[in-house]
Amino acid sequence: MNVKVLYFASLREAIGQPGEELELPAGVATVGALRAHLAARGNGWQALAGGRNVRAAVNQRMVGADEPVAAGDEVAFFPPVTGG
Amino acid sequence: MRPGSDFSVSVQEADFDAGAEMGALSASRRDVGAVASFVGLVRDANDGNGVSAMTLEHYPGMTEKALDEIVEQARQRWSLLRVRVIHRFGRLEPADRIVFVGVASAHRGDAFAACEFIMDYLKTRAPFWKCEETPVGARWVDARISDDSAAARW
Repeated sequence: MNVKVLYFASLREAIGQPGEELELPAGVATVGALRAHLAARGNGWQALAGGRNVRAAVNQRMVGADEPVAAGDEVAFFPPVTGG
Repeated sequence: MRPGSDFSVSVQEADFDAGAEMGALSASRRDVGAVASFVGLVRDANDGNGVSAMTLEHYPGMTEKALDEIVEQARQRWSLLRVRVIHRFGRLEPADRIVFVGVASAHRGDAFAACEFIMDYLKTRAPFWKCEETPVGARWVDARISDDSAAARW
């Protein structure tokens, strides 16, 4: 199944791209699992690794790591927000 | 919630006229007894360094939804007649306006509280990120724990 993944701010800079279309490997069914899968690519992707301060949204709504990811979803990863 | 309605949010690159926005909160109504507002500006220093400019990045689409949701929560908590939220993005310099929150209600308590609530929630829930230009280079602003506690008290 395909999902659209977006990166913002310092994560976008570390990873070197604003986003990608991705076919999820078997066994990746939650936001947390997707994050770990991407972090395992190494290099800039390690900015997504566990312990780092990373927030996520699915279909433009902030969610926790246990949130399911389904085909067609838009998943975003970003640092804690600093607007206002 | 689009501009022109009683409850509206705008995410825009352009500056805004805070005085005109204040006036619009009570224009053509006779039931507004209180208008409270907040304007956030770019400071020329942060965390011990001078700041010559900052660039505000946001998440188009989600930003508007997050602000709409915050305004909706404020309407459920207080008796509000009009709310206007404007947040800018792009490159801004010290003294530039960043954000406007204006609230109109019958009595001041609702206006004061809702205005502060909207700002506190916006700080922790609206997907904006600041990157500052300083003498030691560009740096992303870290989220403050004090912002989390400010939002948690509501």
